[in-house]
Amino acid sequence: MGIAWYLAVSALIFAIGIGGVLTKRNPIVILLCLELTLNAGNLALVAFARMWGNADGQIFALIVMVVAACEVTVGLGLIVALHRRGLKVDVDELEELRG
Amino acid sequence: MSILLFFLASIGAIVGAVGVVALRNPFYGVLSLVAHLICLAVLFLLLQAEFLAAAQVIIYAGAVMVLYVFVVAYIGGQDESLGTSHGVLRVLTPIFVGVLIVELLIALLGSGLSAVTSKGAKVSTMFGSANQIGDLMLTKFLLPFEVASLLLLVAAIGAVGLARRRVGYGPGDVPFDAATIAAAPPAGTGTMAEASGDRPVAGFRGEDR
Repeated sequence: MGIAWYLAVSALIFAIGIGGVLTKRNPIVILLCLELTLNAGNLALVAFARMWGNADGQIFALIVMVVAACEVTVGLGLIVALHRRGLKVDVDELEELRG
Repeated sequence: MSILLFFLASIGAIVGAVGVVALRNPFYGVLSLVAHLICLAVLFLLLQAEFLAAAQVIIYAGAVMVLYVFVVAYIGGQDESLGTSHGVLRVLTPIFVGVLIVELLIALLGSGLSAVTSKGAKVSTMFGSANQIGDLMLTKFLLPFEVASLLLLVAAIGAVGLARRRVGYGPGDVPFDAATIAAAPPAGTGTMAEASGDRPVAGFRGEDR
């Protein structure tokens, strides 16, 4: 299969993820959609690494996975903190930054 | 064979991605993302990124998704309510997503790179193996590797700090203000002052004094 097919799949997944981030109201689902966009980026990186025959892109994808894990940890910590304080876990209700 | 596998995996990945967005229950969304990640790992294998595929399945589909499942179970995966506040956004989002897909496809496929339509450069069978990745990580990419480990440490400490139980901030809690801290705790509760003998406790006869 040509590299172009992988890039097309990556573009589709990225667009689906962006659509989810824009429409969803539950912060957990928004984090899931962010994961989709990061994975689409990873797929494009790995496809380009294969295209040039250079493994540097795979290292980049691995670092993206580390950053995604950190983002999940902090994001889910925020959501748990919101839940503990009795706030509604809904991004439309959380419109004030002050505590 | 690889063509069949590519279509199966990419259709699985796209269906999983649509499932994350379309399913109303966050728990099913997490399961759909797990399916999506496993299909992506198959695509990585087809691109000869063996180590990355293994890491994807073990770390992403395994560890990170377990974290999601725990939090969804803790919060109580409430179904998403049909919001009306987002009227404009709900109309504009499909248009925006359509434009984004067209734009990305033009940018990626119409870039004029002759290699895009090829199957990629000739690579050895060692390409993307744990051997090569480990070699690169400890030589050429040592600094990003160390920075990533530092980032993981900072994120772990930050998550513990964010999610710990704070006393006095909840709706039904007793306010935990300066006056409460300044007031001496009741006698005999084992404070440091009592332990060191600075504050004698009535009715307690210390054996070691």
